[in-house]
Amino acid sequence: MSKANLLDRRQVVSALLANRKDVVAIGGLGASTNDMCAAGDHARNFYLWGGMGGAAMIGLGLALAQPKLPVLVITGDGEMLMGLGSLATIGLQRPSNLSIAVLDNEAYGETGGQTSHTSAAADLVGIAKACGIKDSQSISTMAEVEAFAKAVHDVSAGPRFGNLKIDSASLERILPTRDGTYILNRIRGDLGFQPI
Amino acid sequence: MHARADAADTTAPNWPNDIFATLQRFDVRQVPYVPDAGHSKLIQRVLSSSTMRGIPLTTEEEGVALLAGAWAGGQRGVLLMQSSGVGNCINMLSLIPILRFPFLTLVTMRGEWGEFNPWQVPMGSTTQGVFELSGVQVLRASNAAEVPAVLEAAASQAYHALTPTAVLLSQRLIGAKVFTK
Repeated sequence: MSKANLLDRRQVVSALLANRKDVVAIGGLGASTNDMCAAGDHARNFYLWGGMGGAAMIGLGLALAQPKLPVLVITGDGEMLMGLGSLATIGLQRPSNLSIAVLDNEAYGETGGQTSHTSAAADLVGIAKACGIKDSQSISTMAEVEAFAKAVHDVSAGPRFGNLKIDSASLERILPTRDGTYILNRIRGDLGFQPI
Repeated sequence: MHARADAADTTAPNWPNDIFATLQRFDVRQVPYVPDAGHSKLIQRVLSSSTMRGIPLTTEEEGVALLAGAWAGGQRGVLLMQSSGVGNCINMLSLIPILRFPFLTLVTMRGEWGEFNPWQVPMGSTTQGVFELSGVQVLRASNAAEVPAVLEAAASQAYHALTPTAVLLSQRLIGAKVFTK
């Protein structure tokens, strides 16, 4: 069920990636990865179709390997809930170039809209803060989304975490490529790495 | 507490230094780990290294995803864990054949060779099978003398041939924990 005053997920992801420049973006399993594709395919898009709970850790590995590149994880509340421990791991490593944006519709949209823990109890911003990610905020307006998108490019001030309350309406699926080796090697190629 | 290991290996074992040297030679940069007594010396070496980054995890599957990201960013890594942690990784291991990134893990074994704790036995007994069903090749080191050759082979096939590889460091090598008489 849609509620008033919630953000539109496609608009949010488009704004996060609008002036992306050298950003590497990781899309968590589910609608988030589709939203990233809907905003425009890109050689630095890391689309996930599995490995639920792993998006933030893929972001950490990339951010540590490429400390001068802005790395942005865009994932859903269900995917983030499955990898909550990774927020503690990230809080400890404090990669200054890593940002995490959670598209929180308080539901498992891909499996029938069952409510998630964030609908009634779990506070992801509070969890991220308590794990040591000081720059953690709840985002509810497009102006805040745009400010977050701008901050992603400051690779000296992270890690940062944003929880964006979005409308839970199901949108037409816009599917990215499912070929994992293509996705990974396209990123590596764009970063200047040769095949083995 | 004393350790039920082969006599020659009980004091200040050198094999963790052999492992460290091999990882250094293969330019391994990210070392995610869940602590284990058997890995403690290697973890110490990693944490005091200037080229490797030790990354403590809350659960082992985080390390599998981390290594995928590290490779996307051009770095090699190795995951250190105990046999109990292998079960925690199962679904995340699916990233390895899908993304095809170099995967090497070093696993200290429990639940075998003189194990006193029955709770370690079920996962210790299935560790090798879980890896093999998940498409990860298993090599094993049972004594200190064979550690360098096994590590060399494992690192070479993992990093040069993209063959997902687990090295089981047997409880016979590490020394079984003994809390009881």
